[in-house]
Amino acid sequence: MAEILIRNGFVIDPTRNINGDVADIAIKDGKIVESVGASAKVIDATGKTVMAGGVDVHAHVAGPKVNVGRLMRPEDKLHKSPHAQKNYRMESGFSIPSTFKTGYDYARMGYAFVMEAAMPPLHAPHVHEEIHDTPIIDQAALPVFANNWFVFEYLRNGEIENAAAYIAWLLKATKGYGIKVVNPGGTAAWAWGLNCLTLNDPVPYFDITPAEIITGLMKTNEYLGLPHSMHIHQNDLGNPGNYEITLESLRLAEGVAAKNNFGRDTVMHSTHIQFHSYGGDSWGTFESRAREVMDYVNKQKNISIDLGCVTLDETTTMTADGPFEHHITNLNHLKWANTDVEVETAAGVVPYVYDKNIKVSGIQWAIGLEMGLYAADPMRTFITTDHPNAGPFTRYPRIIKWLMSKQAREETLASFKHTDKVIDATNIHSMDRELSLFEIAQMTRAGPAKALGLSGMFGGLSVGMDASVGIFDLNVNDMPSDPEAIEKAFARACWFIKSGEIIVKDGDIVSHGNKRTIWVKPNVAENPQVIRDIEDKFLKDYSVGSDTYQVRDYLAPNPYVIEFDVEA
Amino acid sequence: MPKWITQVGCPYCGASCDDLEVLVSDDGKRVLETRNACAIGNEIFHHAQSPSRPKLPRMRQPDGSMKEVSYDEAIDYTAKTLLAAKKPLIYGFGSTNCEGMSAVARVAEKGGAVLDNCASICHGPSFLAIFDNGYPSCTLGEAKNRADVVVFWGCNPMHAHPRHTSRYSIFPRGTFTAKGQMTRTIICVDPRETDTAKLADHHLMVKQGHDYDLFDAFRTVLRGHDIPDEVAGIPKKTILDAAKVMKNARFVMIFFGMGCTHTDGRNHNVDIAISLTRDLNAHTKASIMAMRGHYNIAGPGQVWSWQFGFPYCIDLSKGTHAHMNPGETSSIDLAMRGEIDCFVNVGTDAGAHFPIRAVEQLKKHPFITVDPNICMASEISDLHIPVRVVGVEEPGVVYRMDNVPIQFKKVVDGPEGVPSDEELFDRVYERMCELTETEPIWLLAKDHAKAATNAEQ
Amino acid sequence: MTKKIVLNMITQRSIEEGVAMEKGKTTPEYFKACSIVEMNPEDMKKLGIWKNTSVRVTSEVGSVIVTAKEPTQFCPPGLAHIRQGVWANQVVPPRTQSTGTPQYSGFPVTIEPAIDERVKTALELVQGSVGLWKGGN
Ligand code: SF4
Ligand SMILES: [Zn+2]
Repeated sequence: MAEILIRNGFVIDPTRNINGDVADIAIKDGKIVESVGASAKVIDATGKTVMAGGVDVHAHVAGPKVNVGRLMRPEDKLHKSPHAQKNYRMESGFSIPSTFKTGYDYARMGYAFVMEAAMPPLHAPHVHEEIHDTPIIDQAALPVFANNWFVFEYLRNGEIENAAAYIAWLLKATKGYGIKVVNPGGTAAWAWGLNCLTLNDPVPYFDITPAEIITGLMKTNEYLGLPHSMHIHQNDLGNPGNYEITLESLRLAEGVAAKNNFGRDTVMHSTHIQFHSYGGDSWGTFESRAREVMDYVNKQKNISIDLGCVTLDETTTMTADGPFEHHITNLNHLKWANTDVEVETAAGVVPYVYDKNIKVSGIQWAIGLEMGLYAADPMRTFITTDHPNAGPFTRYPRIIKWLMSKQAREETLASFKHTDKVIDATNIHSMDRELSLFEIAQMTRAGPAKALGLSGMFGGLSVGMDASVGIFDLNVNDMPSDPEAIEKAFARACWFIKSGEIIVKDGDIVSHGNKRTIWVKPNVAENPQVIRDIEDKFLKDYSVGSDTYQVRDYLAPNPYVIEFDVEA
Repeated sequence: MPKWITQVGCPYCGASCDDLEVLVSDDGKRVLETRNACAIGNEIFHHAQSPSRPKLPRMRQPDGSMKEVSYDEAIDYTAKTLLAAKKPLIYGFGSTNCEGMSAVARVAEKGGAVLDNCASICHGPSFLAIFDNGYPSCTLGEAKNRADVVVFWGCNPMHAHPRHTSRYSIFPRGTFTAKGQMTRTIICVDPRETDTAKLADHHLMVKQGHDYDLFDAFRTVLRGHDIPDEVAGIPKKTILDAAKVMKNARFVMIFFGMGCTHTDGRNHNVDIAISLTRDLNAHTKASIMAMRGHYNIAGPGQVWSWQFGFPYCIDLSKGTHAHMNPGETSSIDLAMRGEIDCFVNVGTDAGAHFPIRAVEQLKKHPFITVDPNICMASEISDLHIPVRVVGVEEPGVVYRMDNVPIQFKKVVDGPEGVPSDEELFDRVYERMCELTETEPIWLLAKDHAKAATNAEQ
Repeated sequence: MTKKIVLNMITQRSIEEGVAMEKGKTTPEYFKACSIVEMNPEDMKKLGIWKNTSVRVTSEVGSVIVTAKEPTQFCPPGLAHIRQGVWANQVVPPRTQSTGTPQYSGFPVTIEPAIDERVKTALELVQGSVGLWKGGN
């Protein structure tokens, strides 16, 4: 691979506490190096910002429910894409872009890694087929575990070791990355049309509660020493007054210590926290509880969160929280897709319009941003839209603009139909904080990389790290007075280099790159009981064979496997 | 020693059974015996061995006869014909794997073709209904484990999906349906007393073509309103009884088929079926599923949705973006309007399954068939290219009727020199690139070691 | 004067067709499975024919000779069924109600006795319709 030298840029690298120093970055064989030879390709970054490639901790970009969204919504195509370009595949879709567009759009924004946030294990081959067709970006996928019958049975009996052996088997079978929890217990209840709306609602037939599932999976995660912490979408998402149950779930992490060899300090990642930080007892009294939730997150050092910011778009909601999607379709009366998945999970999909003219949409928008602005530790607070739930990932540059500019926030606030009501129900209007580029780099690069246990690879520009580097048209010493320029700069990188290869030049894609599928393979001691249980469930409860189920190697043709032995 | 291979997928109907066992000869070339398959599945594994199977492409000669040609020649002809056409139509995919569908998609994009699949003439109306009303569904294991009321509406699995009733819907003992058939109440809605209807506790012999009325009556009753004494040929009391059964169920599973999509009302019948399912969810848990015909006909809907955003009727002829508008960009309508100037039939038999008037229209222009076997389409084609049989000689991912991906195996070697659909279309693509002096795109991702995925795994 | 009746036609799948199709569409099994029309004995009586006689089925788009059979799955009077396949598609109207899907079921056909007419093979029908049939007739 060619050598590259990025010269004279303002380097922002929170992992080394470098904040806008003018420096050169040398690249060789896909890695950052000390120096390169005279024949290296030189990229002049004078007057521009240089950051590591972006790391998205949570987005729904590949797999069955994303594809249900694409299939079900021909009206989402919208022709917004750059139209077909010579030597590139056709692009399509706005809130649920095609796989090709997904890869291209992340690359245009300078992102190197994206975590598919919810993989139904039974559909793992589908997830990998889509990942395979998503160019450029490195990807991993989190299998969902919190409504899985094996997990219920092991945790109910306090058998952490068996739960760990099963999870290790499943990560290998599905080429998964870690432990995802979605509406613990509630999604299993949904198979009978029910839900678990508190942490103590027992799951029908399984004699276990959401609190026990969360605690058990957190312990199992640390028993295995996985790179990422348990990653949770909590119970009672999206309902007025849910901040209390959110705090209650977060408290379950108290006293749990991270145990792993990947540099991770956290034991719980609480995702799209915006949807879980609501006050009031009805849509009429709906209000922000961002401060209460963030006060807790700020002081509880073993938790990380991502925002799930509402972007005020027409989008598509999709989640393994099956009962929630049923609730949404009953609210907005739009089309509803649902897929209950035997033994494991469920998913629902409903289109949604976050309308500036609707008070609740405005309040949701404010809450997401407030949480970012209240963050005391940007290394534990990450920017997401829970793509596409609160808005498409292509709006990250807009969220960065709002977080960096009070002026931009005020302009948006003023454009609402119910500006005053939104101001009354939130704190956004009184918040003056404007995040720095350094903090943005923490929230989109160094922070998520660390929480994912990937800080040796992504999120920084130290020698030896993966050479994924974005160059943005922003002068640290002369930041634009017009906030729109910030959004524009992050929407289209001047240059993006992914694992040592030039992918984007002047905002345009110039290569399909060298994408990888990252998955985790913890080796545990052979566990005959778990092997028997697996055989048994496939015979009795599943509709497919255990052999059919396991993802073939060729479906992930460029694997990067994180393999390690679990010490019992 | 001959060897039994287990957990083999069956490449016929949408039940996509993956529990077949196949006894393969010592040399790995012949299927000796199968277990667990139904009559049709069994036939597939044995027919693949037929000595009459073509092993080389055949090109039609001026005198009307067919002459064997090399694969290179066939690939060259296909590439040139696709490039020369203004609006080629590539149609089929009832029997190929997703790898093949992906390869064809690349060819279609390059050639500015219309890409369509058998759903166009089967469950296309179901897609239209899904676009409007969504799809509250589940995997087949859910039906097996939970459904205590199963409705078959305009579908006849005893004939079209022979093991569906024993694996998923009527007979199996599931987690919460431990007594199998005894746990379940079966409702069948069909204008004939089909073999499925004979198994039902309630057969509603609807007046043919009046499905919408009857769905409407169910919705009305469930909302507590009165209905006329007879609707769609069914007496009020029968409707009230069946509605009560559904309402009191713990889990209602509605399967529907061509009886809804092939007749008057088409998508509207499915639309209201979905509405009924939504309504039922106010009372209990209810799910609905299209009885997809072929073992991987859900596949193109998946692959092309993630690649282009649409499941079928995809017009790529604009070159800049994909366009879908069934009625306009659907195979039969395009054919009848005479818009198609090259037809490629892949893994299906349009010659037998299209209305003959549409076949006549298509036959006015170059007509190419890609299929392992002699079929009606191959026998009127200008070129027939044989390929390996997926699920027998070629592994790959297929999507079952519930959109669950099933990884099919290969059990025997294909005839020597005969490529898979994927290999064939990749070569067509590369030839198209050569002819247009352009770079192949995104072939890199396919540098995969597929050879590793064989029966040994 | 020969009698005629108008029936409502549906064309659907059957396991016989499925098995035969996998054997091959040029096999006797396929011919036997698909070159038939199933109709209620009452309708046969109206038509003045016995089972297993040839009839001509004519729709808005064409006609086909098939053998009249008593249904293996009960068909009420007024309804006729030709199993999905080559013979059915000689009469299926390609109109799609703007959905892309032809009228495979629920279209009117006229049925009349055609005692002395031969039921053509699949290949003859399909090749014949596009001018490729080289056999006799
Ligand atoms: S039911 Fe369908 S998939 Fe199963 S064996 Fe029979 S034809 Fe094959
Ligand atoms: Zn999410």
